[in-house]
Amino acid sequence: MNTLLTIKNLHIHFETHVGKVQAVRGVDLSVKKGETLAIVGESGSGKSVTAKSIIGLLPKRNAMIDKGEIWFENKNLLTLNNKQMKKIRGAKIAMIFQDPMTALNPTMKVGKQVMESAIKHLNLSKKEARNKAVELLNLVGISNPETRLNQYPHEFSGGMRQRIVIAMALSCNPKLLIADEPTTALDVTIQAQILDLLKHIQKETGTAIIFITHDLGVVSNIADSVAVMYAGKIIEKGTVEEVLLKPNHPYSWGLLKSMPNLDTKGKLYSIPGSPPDMIQPLKGDAFAPRNEFALAIDYDMQPPMFKVSETHYAATWLLHPQAPKVDFIRETQDVLMKQDDKISSIDNNVLLEVKGLSKYFYLKSKQTLKAVDNIHLEIRRGETLGLVGESGCGKSTVGRTIIGLHEPTSGEIIYDNTKLTRHNQRQLTKKMQMIFQDPYSSLDPKMKVEDIIAEGLDIHHVVKDKKERKQRVEELLKTVGLQPHSASRYPHEFSGGQRQRIGIARALAIEPEFIVADEPISALDVSIQAQVINLLLKLQKENNLTLLFIAHDLSMVKYISDRIGVMYLGTIVELANSDELYKNPLHPYTQALLSAIPNANPIVEKSRERIILKGTLPSPVYPPSGCRFRTRCLLATDACEKTPEWREVETDHWVACHYA
Amino acid sequence: MQNMKKKEVEIPAKMFKIVGRKEETLEEIKRSHLTGWQDGWLRLKQNKAAMISLFVLLMIVILSIIGPHVNTYTYQQTNYDAVYLEPNSDHWLGTDKFGRDQWTRLWEGTRISLYIAVLAALLDILIGITYGAISAFKGGKVDHMMQRIIEILVGIPNLIIIILLIMMMKPGITTIIIAMVITGWVNMARLVRGQIFKLKNAEYILAARALGADGRRIIIGHMLPNTLGIIIINMMFTIPSAIFTEAFLSFIGLGLQEPLASLGVLINDGFQAMRNHFYLLAFPSIVIVSLMVCFNLLADGLRDAFDPKMRN
Amino acid sequence: MKRFIFLRLVNIIITLFIIATVTFFLMKLLPGSPFDEERLSKLSDEARLEFLAKYGLDQPVYVQYAKYIGSLIKGDLGISYYYKGQTVNALIKDRIGPSMLLGIQAVILGLSVGIILGIIAAYRHNTIWDYFTMLVAVLGVSIPNFVLAAILQFYVGLQWGLFPVAYWEGYQHTFLPTISLGVTVIAIIARFTRNEMLEVLQQDYILTAQSKGISECAVLIKHAIRNALIPVITILGPVFVSLLTGSLVIENIFSIPGIGSLFVDSIKMNDYTTIMGLTLFYSAFFILTILIVDLLYGIIDPRIRIHGRE
Repeated sequence: MNTLLTIKNLHIHFETHVGKVQAVRGVDLSVKKGETLAIVGESGSGKSVTAKSIIGLLPKRNAMIDKGEIWFENKNLLTLNNKQMKKIRGAKIAMIFQDPMTALNPTMKVGKQVMESAIKHLNLSKKEARNKAVELLNLVGISNPETRLNQYPHEFSGGMRQRIVIAMALSCNPKLLIADEPTTALDVTIQAQILDLLKHIQKETGTAIIFITHDLGVVSNIADSVAVMYAGKIIEKGTVEEVLLKPNHPYSWGLLKSMPNLDTKGKLYSIPGSPPDMIQPLKGDAFAPRNEFALAIDYDMQPPMFKVSETHYAATWLLHPQAPKVDFIRETQDVLMKQDDKISSIDNNVLLEVKGLSKYFYLKSKQTLKAVDNIHLEIRRGETLGLVGESGCGKSTVGRTIIGLHEPTSGEIIYDNTKLTRHNQRQLTKKMQMIFQDPYSSLDPKMKVEDIIAEGLDIHHVVKDKKERKQRVEELLKTVGLQPHSASRYPHEFSGGQRQRIGIARALAIEPEFIVADEPISALDVSIQAQVINLLLKLQKENNLTLLFIAHDLSMVKYISDRIGVMYLGTIVELANSDELYKNPLHPYTQALLSAIPNANPIVEKSRERIILKGTLPSPVYPPSGCRFRTRCLLATDACEKTPEWREVETDHWVACHYA
Repeated sequence: MQNMKKKEVEIPAKMFKIVGRKEETLEEIKRSHLTGWQDGWLRLKQNKAAMISLFVLLMIVILSIIGPHVNTYTYQQTNYDAVYLEPNSDHWLGTDKFGRDQWTRLWEGTRISLYIAVLAALLDILIGITYGAISAFKGGKVDHMMQRIIEILVGIPNLIIIILLIMMMKPGITTIIIAMVITGWVNMARLVRGQIFKLKNAEYILAARALGADGRRIIIGHMLPNTLGIIIINMMFTIPSAIFTEAFLSFIGLGLQEPLASLGVLINDGFQAMRNHFYLLAFPSIVIVSLMVCFNLLADGLRDAFDPKMRN
Repeated sequence: MKRFIFLRLVNIIITLFIIATVTFFLMKLLPGSPFDEERLSKLSDEARLEFLAKYGLDQPVYVQYAKYIGSLIKGDLGISYYYKGQTVNALIKDRIGPSMLLGIQAVILGLSVGIILGIIAAYRHNTIWDYFTMLVAVLGVSIPNFVLAAILQFYVGLQWGLFPVAYWEGYQHTFLPTISLGVTVIAIIARFTRNEMLEVLQQDYILTAQSKGISECAVLIKHAIRNALIPVITILGPVFVSLLTGSLVIENIFSIPGIGSLFVDSIKMNDYTTIMGLTLFYSAFFILTILIVDLLYGIIDPRIRIHGRE
């Protein structure tokens, strides 16, 4: 196979009002014809910037390429002028962006947008271009292409829009397709569809793909080779099997380890700290301060790329002949096994019971959005109940209604044998708390951390005086692993993971018994997620907390929960012990959802059979009658027009399906 | 590769000892210790136009306070022996048809115009915040009713209402302020309402509610501090438009009456005498334009510096 | 959509009714009278009653009010107190021509220059073009239009003698007033267009368009400008208000026989029926403009079009 694109020693920085940010610090990379190269990294690692520099779309205002070369078809793209670059852009190298909701021009018909580059680069007439567009929409799996060409982007769902973006990128048969987190904004079942589509397209057209992502599962699903980026550098690259199965850099290894798979038990491995701020000049190995195997030299000198095999390289001093040999797996397995002592303190007492709960929202357009429709739940004292489902399924609404942020439309919430009413709510908020999703918007930007954490103390007059208040806040900060003296700082000075821990400290301040964690990790980077999960588990054990853990990431839910409920369009379709649910899913939706989770082991991932759901989530304003899943279900028959009964098929295994 | 081998020789073995993490630095906060206000001030300081405007505004304010007192004339003192004098060493900005000293009148007028504008803007804010906050917080039917009222008020051109009200009341500073406030608060009320509606769904408000915070605490403790920036920025835009309205009213003869001075009164006088005594129009015009330009530039600068959209 | 228009129309009628009522009673509360009190008192009782009856002033206030509203429904704004024997409708009809012409010219000038400046400024962000536009925009909103008019009159009219400074005797008489009115519009539109355009240029779909390799011109025209101009429709409301306000002084300064100067004159003469009539006329005009702007927005933006249908 010959090389299609080579990046040599690329350096890029951004001018910002706080100073110079070194976004890319010497990237070397090559892509072979027809292969899929995944660039993995956390936010701020420089992966997107690298990709955009290939196609010449860095923001002109503040991005500067300091040095480097990008070779494509015997031309250094960085030396081409604008006109020459335009002939390559769209024609030979095309790009797919992250968010399909914003990547399409809202006031231009979809067909016109798809045809645009074909008309420009292939000199097609309007009619030929139209035929081409129809062909492309067929290729990306959009039915009725002739009529859909005349529609505007907002008439398509997110998954469909991403298909259109892909069709647009393919219109001139590019040699290289750059996909910048193309599935991050999509739900798992839709992600599975898009990944499948990309693989299918690659087979048909032979285009090479640079796939940028933070999700190692997606990498193992789609990539041939992988480059791992950290703090603007590639720290490890090789074939997907090499990097994911035998990682050599402690960061790649830690990253893989901090993602639970469906079998992970015990404590999660977590990389402490957060990625470096790229405004400060970095010395030595940028990862060293977070690396438990850091060598003295790591703090002093940047490691070069060491060769592991013909195709596998890693930039860590641990590969130096003089360095001690570290067997990551053994070293840490000991640590993790030792801590595998999660004693199940669950008794069978029901702490919280939800009976026939519905929450409708009445929209301005006089329509009714049935966010939650007649659900039943029991949460037992000391357990973690996971609630999973795709966006818009109503899982967050359930959490918020339980905590009293929404008033239920109908149904009952019974907490510790007391029915929740408007009158006793304030009293009960002391026992029930919530952790929110977005660490950026969940802390009041105008308040000091001290006041944020102490808000509950102030409201319920828990502390006697200022001294006790301060002491309590410092204790709480220590509990969540932050420095006590950061109490006088403002939220924007903290990183995302740190903010999320402040949010946890706030919830803990009034010593609740029950916590609703509403997607507490979905906005965090992979290496930070494990920190937060471990913290939650530690706190649960120490304080005998009961948790309702709401998330869309199934492997995390599986890892943290004792029992799991699966939601679809406002209803719970299945509820069981987590092992039971994963081993023996009964509802076709649960089966599809489980099958859609990519596995970070490429051998497993590439060999398994997957159920790919057709279509997209219907609108909760007009849910299908009867079984709500029937429009996408592979088993659906006429019988499904009747609402299925919520029944216990086996002990503790509930399901709502006619065929389970 | 060769390069690497050379290094091998150079590196002493002790460099390859595992020293592990630097635990103490891991949770260190690397960002600078700045409050939102300090950060905004830093940005504002970088904006030259805004800083110059701030300086000019301060100068005008100071002059409007001490200006009338630095010479011996008062703003209403007439002298029929010295009418229509061009600017000279005695009357720095000349005199008008009654021989009144224009320097004194100009700064006196500036002060009154600023007084009217700032007071009107402050009252707008006070009423606007109260109305907007109640409307947004009560929600439902109350909000619906309050919005209908605003819709009707918005449906009428402001200036018409102001003119009608001024016709009804005795001309004077209070009348002008009342007339301007009666229509002016609506914008502020809409702004505050919109902002509070947005904040209502912010997760930190939900968090406060989940902690059991009551309405008072949420409004005073969370919503107002987070709306303040927008309110101040908007006030900076309201002041110049109030200055304009006052001048406009005085210009069409509905504002202050002689011998009181305001920028509008002075411009009106200047316009009448423009053909032969252009300086009478020129000086008040320069002051009013400077005021308006500076307030607008400063407001722009504040918005750029404090707009939450710009910051992460 | 039909329902929406219907509701809006009902709303408009209610608003106008409230305005009519409020202005009517305000006028009744006003001190002073349009008539020369001294002369009125000299008249014999009989003659005075006859005089008052002519204007319907002899009846109780609620009857006057009912009559007023009754004639309003028929579209009759009443008889002027000052311009003897003329109806307000006729006065407006006579005077609307110049005001309309000036208004339309100012809008055309403001929109065309403002939009072009705004687009260039955003496209050449942080260059001399941008700074120039911002300067124009800031000066345009900062210089009160009556000050600008006075200065134009002094320099361009009197000193240089390029254009006539007053009266309404031919097309060149519209030049200075149009510029005086139009500069504010240019400033508002240029500033708004620039900001919208900057916003749009940061959108992902612009990046998508650029990644297709089509020419910069095509990206700008097909993708950026259309999306940036749609919201410009929404500030047409404030633009009309500023024109309306401006016309009051500008017509006076240039001695133009339009409805703006009619309004100011009737205030000076305490001509209550004309004031009331013009207040209603202005309000109706303004409210209808806002309605048209909203409808236009719905027609042009495909996203809103769909919402309307659902």
